Amino acid sequence: MALDQSFAGRSYPPTDPYEVGREKIREFAEALGDPNPVYTDPEAAKALGYSDVIAPPTFVFSITFKAAGQVFRDPQLGLDYSRVVHGDQKFVHRRPVRAGDRLTVTSTIESIKSMAGNDILDIRGEVHDGTGEHVVTAWTKLVSRAAEGA
Amino acid sequence: MTAKISYDDVEVGTELPGQSFGVTRATLVQYAGASGDFNPIHWNEKFAKEVGLPDVIAHGMFTMAEAIRVVTDWAGDPGAVVEYGVRFTKPVVVPNDDEGATIEVGGKVAAKLDDGTVRVDLVAMSAGRKVLGMSRAVVRLA
Repeated sequence: MALDQSFAGRSYPPTDPYEVGREKIREFAEALGDPNPVYTDPEAAKALGYSDVIAPPTFVFSITFKAAGQVFRDPQLGLDYSRVVHGDQKFVHRRPVRAGDRLTVTSTIESIKSMAGNDILDIRGEVHDGTGEHVVTAWTKLVSRAAEGA
Repeated sequence: MTAKISYDDVEVGTELPGQSFGVTRATLVQYAGASGDFNPIHWNEKFAKEVGLPDVIAHGMFTMAEAIRVVTDWAGDPGAVVEYGVRFTKPVVVPNDDEGATIEVGGKVAAKLDDGTVRVDLVAMSAGRKVLGMSRAVVRLA
């Protein structure tokens, strides 16, 4: 069933702050097998001009995707999440995420399209730190594949 | 931020050192824990096949995270990555054996922009198939 187009443009309230921890960044970098010390060693980060360790460029997805859940799990939207695949992903950083950040995400449905029975949802997540400074924006395209025989 | 590559030293067509990244089932379990993405298509073969996949597949975000390492290792400072976007075109299929799968990533400078940044286009392949499309990063160089 096609999604309600009137949801396009809808914004959701900012999430509660997510506090970025050094050890969470370390865990993420280790899962990637990435030994770059700027992710784990505050001194290495300071040598590059950062106040604390920074996170890999895609780290923030865990936070923005969780925030996007309030959009695609909105029962009024009626998306069949079991049929959803991740189509595209993009980040635009004003600065890297770093340990100690308290990040909130404001999610907006940028567009809803139906093509060949697939529902295509574009969600934008604006990420701000505890001082209100913009840190990064994440765009996530989700595709809900048409049910077989539909 | 302090990239170790100078804007003046690169040209359109400059190639970045390519890298290859191994991924086994153990890698996927570790990534699931670190990222919080516990979708069973990334660790449960029975479930993956039931939903029409050939086998367990890697998280798209895992592939995206590995591919940008070609840029972050080249630039020296991961914070120099201003923009990064990909399209997930084909899955990275990860068999349940000791070898798993391999993701081969290459990149080259596709454009020099006016503000001291360059656009790098990445190519990521696994099992001879392109797994990322439109894979582009904008990087601020020194």
